[in-house]
Amino acid sequence: MAATAAQSRLLVKQSRFMRRALPYLLSLPALLMCIGILIPFFTAVYYSLLRYRMNLPQMKGFIWFDNYVNFFFDPKFWNTVYISLLYAVLTVGIELVFGLCIALLLQRQTRFNNIASILLLLPLMTAPALAALMWKLMTNPNFGILSYFVSLLGFPDFKWASDPSTALFTVLLVDIWVYTPFIMILLLAGLRSLPKAPFEAAALDGVPRSFVFFRITLPMLMPYIITATLFRLLDSIQQFDIIYAMTQGGPGDKLLVFQVQAYLDFFQSTNVGRSAALMVILWAITYALSNVFIKQWLKLRERAHGAG
Amino acid sequence: MHDKEKGLFEAFAAKKMDRRELIRATGKLGLGAAATGVLLNQAQTRAMAADFDWMKYKGSKLKLLLNKHPYADAMIANIEAFKTMTGMDVSWDIFPEDVYFDKVTAALSSGSTEYDAFMTGAYMTWTYGPAGWITDLNEYIKDPAKTNPNYNWDDVLPGLRASTAWNGVPGGELGSADAKQWCIPWGYELNNISYNQKMFDKVGVKPPGNLGEMVEVAAKLTKDLGGPYGIGVRGSRSWASIHPGFLSGYANFGEKDFNVAGGKLKAAMNSAGSKAYHKDWVKMIQDSGPKNWSTYTWYQVGTDLGAGASAMIFDADILGYFMNGGDNKEKGNLAYAPFAANPAAKAPTPNVWIWSLAMNAAGAQKDAAWYFMQWATSTEHDLFGAQKMDFVNPVRASVWKDEIFRKRIDTSYPGYLNQHDTSAPGAKIYFTAQPLFFDLTTLWSETLQKMVAKEIPIDEGLDTMAAEMDKKLAEAGLG
Repeated sequence: MAATAAQSRLLVKQSRFMRRALPYLLSLPALLMCIGILIPFFTAVYYSLLRYRMNLPQMKGFIWFDNYVNFFFDPKFWNTVYISLLYAVLTVGIELVFGLCIALLLQRQTRFNNIASILLLLPLMTAPALAALMWKLMTNPNFGILSYFVSLLGFPDFKWASDPSTALFTVLLVDIWVYTPFIMILLLAGLRSLPKAPFEAAALDGVPRSFVFFRITLPMLMPYIITATLFRLLDSIQQFDIIYAMTQGGPGDKLLVFQVQAYLDFFQSTNVGRSAALMVILWAITYALSNVFIKQWLKLRERAHGAG
Repeated sequence: MHDKEKGLFEAFAAKKMDRRELIRATGKLGLGAAATGVLLNQAQTRAMAADFDWMKYKGSKLKLLLNKHPYADAMIANIEAFKTMTGMDVSWDIFPEDVYFDKVTAALSSGSTEYDAFMTGAYMTWTYGPAGWITDLNEYIKDPAKTNPNYNWDDVLPGLRASTAWNGVPGGELGSADAKQWCIPWGYELNNISYNQKMFDKVGVKPPGNLGEMVEVAAKLTKDLGGPYGIGVRGSRSWASIHPGFLSGYANFGEKDFNVAGGKLKAAMNSAGSKAYHKDWVKMIQDSGPKNWSTYTWYQVGTDLGAGASAMIFDADILGYFMNGGDNKEKGNLAYAPFAANPAAKAPTPNVWIWSLAMNAAGAQKDAAWYFMQWATSTEHDLFGAQKMDFVNPVRASVWKDEIFRKRIDTSYPGYLNQHDTSAPGAKIYFTAQPLFFDLTTLWSETLQKMVAKEIPIDEGLDTMAAEMDKKLAEAGLG
């Protein structure tokens, strides 16, 4: 009898322990994942505080924030900041407009629209580096099909990515071609999931289409737009493959965005300290941008819940 | 094999008879060219194994990191000879050049023991050596216990031996007495003119003899051919755009990249002579280069010549060699000429790219790896590649004297031997060896792009670039 009582006390103790430990056990995989992400991050932060070129090992030393301070006085760094932000803003802005327009065109679920939406996704399935090489051939001034078309329009010497004045335009074209479908498919899913009631009420009241679009469709679609923008913005500001495959950051320093510069600093110059500092700055920029967007998204969600 | 035939090839491998006698004798025995080649290779392998214990590391397994290249293809085609002779097994990873050096940097910097030896360029050793990633090979070459007595290191062209040896001192002379031998030359390319004979005949011009003539001839070709452009040179934003034709011409005028004084470096690209050279070079590209020059790597330069999109290139001779074969449209129409940019120069001074073999310092079986390296860079393998594969340019003087090789080249590649023989004595690396090579040479190409695009005047551009380089050198404690 005493043994049974002891056993039941043990069981109670065990179940109490399990109840307390369960939340920690359940969050363990996330914690491990977090550690896996944070170790390389803090390693990069550590390296960014070093003067560290692998081929000048005698120079290695702790220099605190000198790498960052040096950037502050380096006009080439500010060019990198400018070109990275410009690239991100232009690609996301244009892709958003195009993606939204295409999504609106394909909103109605017909057989043609369904097939078209699948076909339009094809560029997204192409690896960006391959897409860049494809466009490099199409824009070749000697035999490229696009060069041929442009020459028919009266621009026989259009130099695409090899001219400083048109290089940004050319890489933007490739980015837009690859990633507009991403925004299109997100917004299409959003449009198709919107409740029908407000639109039916507006139709019964004879509300003009432009009013419906700006006052009903767009606000209701905003969480999707913000999500798509956030994803694309984070991706665009970290652009590497398209630019590197097409111009290696040139002509001159016209397209020397963060990732290309950091890649060259590490793999070509083995300048680990400078490369890590660049990456940490890029992280800070993306972190700040993510925060802004996530706060907006949360606000919209709150408003939606309040309305509900 | 009959003893008579075996004896014949062994006598040749032991240098007891010359090649003409061998050809005559094999003809009498009724042996065809293919059979002769196989038997000769076998005899040479046996001769190579005669005075050295090649079986010392029997059972070892080596792993190589290779770039996709005809040199690697030739090695793979002959690898059974090495395996048979040594009893070792060899495997490899091959990567295209676009990603190859990133892979090497990643493997070496991580201290990985996966690869025992790998392909490299000499410039890369200016990073790998000081970083402690590769082994000084002098300790192997000079050790008779480790190196085959028939290896004949002195047979490797002197300019190449020197260009792959550096003492690690920024600005230190290549090949100096205290230099470390960071890699072994395997195959090399020097920079001269490869041109389309048909196009030149059509326009009625001859290969240019100096830079001034090159600017004029290229302009005339562009104007008169009505389609193809006059001259192909590299232009992408990379150090690789500076080292071929551009630096070969630059060095021919006696211009330097850096001045070295008191162990410190100072950029020398803004001298009056350098500015004059840059002006001609920029004008040539603007007038007669490819429209999208700033994206041109060796690949575009070569394929344009092979496809008939350009009339001439000032780039690696082997690029012109490969464009004269295969499925290229202009196959058979290409010819070659030596080029001295400076009218006052006595001979060309081509800067060289040397594909070499280096040893991973973290490797666990270095002695065995050296066995592979000395076999792969031996006279026997060099000859095999030169005669039977596209192993151009071989790095050994004796192979350049080989009649079969010379005949093969002379028959299908008009002027190739002449351009090589005329230029080889002056062929070496003309860059100053220093650890910021890749940063500063990429900056040079970036500035050149700005000049060609007329974003910046040449004089101002070179002054600004030199000041920026001096600042970077000072930051790294080198200036």
